[in-house]
Amino acid sequence: MEEASEMLQVRGLQKSFGGTQVLRGIDLDIHRGDVVAVLGPSGSGKTTLLRCLNFLETAEAGTYILDGETFQLGRVTKRQIAQIRRKTAFVFQNFNLFSNRTALQNVTEGLIVARRIPRAEANEKGRRLLDKVGLSERYDYYPDQLSGGQQQRVAIARALATDPEIIFFDEPTSALDPELIGEVLQVMRQLAYEGMTMIVVTHEIAFARQVSGKVIFMEEGRVVESGNSAELFAAPRHARTKAFLRTLQEHGDFLQQEAEQKEDE
Amino acid sequence: MSERWISIFLDSFWKILWPGLRLTIPLTAISFVLALIIAVITALIQFADLKVLKQIARLYVWIIRGTPVLVQLFVVFYGLPNVGILLDPFPAAVIVFSLNEGAYASETVRAALESVPKGQIEAGYCVGMSWLQIIRRIVLPQALRTAFPPLSNSLIGLLKETSLAANITVAEMFMSTQRIVARTYEPLLLYLEVGLIYLIFCTILTRLQRMGEKRLQTYGRSK
Repeated sequence: MEEASEMLQVRGLQKSFGGTQVLRGIDLDIHRGDVVAVLGPSGSGKTTLLRCLNFLETAEAGTYILDGETFQLGRVTKRQIAQIRRKTAFVFQNFNLFSNRTALQNVTEGLIVARRIPRAEANEKGRRLLDKVGLSERYDYYPDQLSGGQQQRVAIARALATDPEIIFFDEPTSALDPELIGEVLQVMRQLAYEGMTMIVVTHEIAFARQVSGKVIFMEEGRVVESGNSAELFAAPRHARTKAFLRTLQEHGDFLQQEAEQKEDE
Repeated sequence: MSERWISIFLDSFWKILWPGLRLTIPLTAISFVLALIIAVITALIQFADLKVLKQIARLYVWIIRGTPVLVQLFVVFYGLPNVGILLDPFPAAVIVFSLNEGAYASETVRAALESVPKGQIEAGYCVGMSWLQIIRRIVLPQALRTAFPPLSNSLIGLLKETSLAANITVAEMFMSTQRIVARTYEPLLLYLEVGLIYLIFCTILTRLQRMGEKRLQTYGRSK
């Protein structure tokens, strides 16, 4: 039933935390090369959804089809999770770099330890990836010597190291100072351009608008509206989507005004 | 009088120091290494939340922390022969001190393990590492670094605590001093002297701790 371009399909994904249902039957269709922005108010389940997709949380029910292989959620074995994680990567809001490893070691750790790639080969790849995210000068720096934006770029290089088919980004710029957001978005834009399949939970409306081809709007554990991003931003159909976009818009305008005022002073 | 004091002091210095080097230090060192191994295993069992083993680990820590070392020494050395387990004084002391210190140190190590951000463990899973690989390469190195100062503290405590082994006939520094006191009738001088030697040992350990801490400074801060 899938076309060759089908990357990840999810049907009826459900997840509760101690009796409270957080995800109430999520359906997703992600094609190879898609960049999907997941929007929604806090508490809507976006992050939980993303964590379920990489099995950092265990969904109770649903079907999960990755790259043509079908898994029944709630009955996924450890071995299957390991198998799924060979094709996926995750970028965290708080970077979660290994504090006792340098930037380069953060990138190569998974290659050397999990994939058993020879160290020299892993190092070469690690340097290439750090170059790609603009950190050629920082191979041997520890995370606490790097800025937030640099740390997140190392985290993206780490995610790329294992050649994932799809990368999940969980609010990758939310923990960053405003002036550092651009450098991270720039790297993500580059990945999108190169055809990487990405699901991005974000509040960066500009990124969602410019880079993502598809937008999913979530509220209270459901997908309220989804579709082509240009269309959805231009003409949201659902009242909740409209209200949410308006709030973000106002907030954005407010920030812009503030910035302009500062410049005037 | 004062000349006699000086000559007793000098005569006994080596006689006290020698058992210190021959027994107190090895007893401390061997017990501490075993204690660290016990502590890491006990802490990891709890950190990993292994159902039955976790209960056993808690029971062990509860009993050891809830009873005096002196009682533990007596149970092992004087008590166990009743059930056919006869131990020499030195091994008996090693067993008690390592079990005792292990229980305390396990709490230190457990707290240090908990202090490593959970997100790093998740990140490890995401790049394909197994739990054991993550523990060995990411969590433990950071935890042991955090635990280093309190563990050094425990080591210093243990060094002094080994004087209790005198009660089960280990002829370490304190017991040797008691013997010299019995011959010379100079308790004030000699007990001050053995105190001084303990102080010297502990000072050296404190120095070593400071050097170690400098080496282990938070990753990269030195750059």
